[in-house]
Amino acid sequence: MSYVKGLKCRECGRLYPKEAIYVCEYCFGSLEADYDYDNIRKNISREKIAKGPRSLWRYRDLLPIDGEPTVGLSSGFTPFFRAKNLAKKLGLDELYIKDDAASHLTWSFKDRVVSVALSKAREFGFDTVACASTGNLANSVAAHAAQAGFKCFIFIPSDLEVAKIIGTLVYAPKLVAVKGNYDDVNRLCAEIAARYKWAFVNINIRPYYAEGSKTFGFEIAEQLGWKTPDHVVIPAASGSLLTKIWKSFQEFEKLGLLNEKVKSKLHCAQPLGCSPIARAILEKSEVIRPEKPNTIAKSLAIGNPADGYYARDAVFQSGGWAAQVTDNEVIEGIKLLAETEGVFTETAGGVTLAAAQKLIQQGKIKRNESVVLAITGNGLKTQEAIQKSVGEPTVIEPNVSSFEERVMGSYNKAKVKT
Amino acid sequence: MPVKVRIPTPLQKLTRDQAEVNVSAKNVKELLETLEKQYPGIKDRLCDEQGRVRRFVNIYLNEEDIRFLKQEGTTLEDGDEVSIVPAIAGGS
Repeated sequence: MSYVKGLKCRECGRLYPKEAIYVCEYCFGSLEADYDYDNIRKNISREKIAKGPRSLWRYRDLLPIDGEPTVGLSSGFTPFFRAKNLAKKLGLDELYIKDDAASHLTWSFKDRVVSVALSKAREFGFDTVACASTGNLANSVAAHAAQAGFKCFIFIPSDLEVAKIIGTLVYAPKLVAVKGNYDDVNRLCAEIAARYKWAFVNINIRPYYAEGSKTFGFEIAEQLGWKTPDHVVIPAASGSLLTKIWKSFQEFEKLGLLNEKVKSKLHCAQPLGCSPIARAILEKSEVIRPEKPNTIAKSLAIGNPADGYYARDAVFQSGGWAAQVTDNEVIEGIKLLAETEGVFTETAGGVTLAAAQKLIQQGKIKRNESVVLAITGNGLKTQEAIQKSVGEPTVIEPNVSSFEERVMGSYNKAKVKT
Repeated sequence: MPVKVRIPTPLQKLTRDQAEVNVSAKNVKELLETLEKQYPGIKDRLCDEQGRVRRFVNIYLNEEDIRFLKQEGTTLEDGDEVSIVPAIAGGS
């Protein structure tokens, strides 16, 4: 049972059939799944969702597959918890973490989009899947392709973090490292996609793939007790996640699933070395100017963001704002989240936390308002970024006196100081 | 000055199913006009009512985004390769 009528151009509204296509032939706008909300409304309820599987498939009625899901059955429904220690540090009363660092199979929110994309690719009858990726998507496509028995081609920029490369190679896809940045990889893939009959998850499967990100927002609303927070701080690369979280809140409201109207302000978090969307928001610019990325937050290093305009519009519609953060602030953000809440996030998460701090300082987020931080990936994948900033272990001889001297000696001294 | 232009799938209906076409033009603006002469209708797809390249269309000269060059004024030379690519998703 599917509620998807077809695909619709986000720019000019032209309708297309449900096929592996992604761009409007007339205006080059991207295509999006077009749902029959009237029918969904008749069939969806909080009770039905709550009884569903503990995975993103509990929101299946709002996902663009026709049959039963076949890939990524364990993805989604990640931890959501109140972060009291961090709240105290930041001077907030009510702070929550949505933690996709704990996502199954591959520890990033990309498991959500890939579950939907590969389930759809199977419905279309593809035997090969592919993607262009800054790393997390590579890991997720490779893992799910291995699990589901697809042939798999992955394209990445050649300078990615070691863990993201090894975390892809272990699933034995054909991994292609392109000498260039992500935007180069993406351009090349768009051209390659035209030559081969593959399911390129972020190209010809994009209208389906992108919908998977909505589940991040659905879960926030459900886990918060069927309401949305005052603020969500979201990292942006292509801008798709932010756009889809906004859409997810709108859909829940439209379908009568929320206790109150959506009041959330969505904030866009980007690293200073690559922030075309944040810049456009801060400058209230009509145009999103592409950039040449230079940041340790490689998963956000997209200089030419495909959903930049939609993300900017969602931020403005919601009354949100944006913040740009330096590489040092990213590192401090990663450490602060770990030290206060025990969550080890990747660089994108550091960007999110550091951006939240700026928005609090600027008064965009106020003490008594509820805030959710979108933590989208796992710190074990980007260890290089903080390697020099987390200190070193204290090395001792295997005897007690060495322990007393080198460990407790300095520990007690430090204690006296404080 | 022949320049090789790679045409994206959605526009190949207009170029009689050719994925690559040769066009003579001094700059990108002229290239768009020449393309229109050879394949009527194509410019409307690529440009908005004001004649500017649509915001979801990326044009690359020898792999470089023309927005980093001189946009529509970017000069073309013999043997250059131009790619027209729709914006696509990804990242994070």
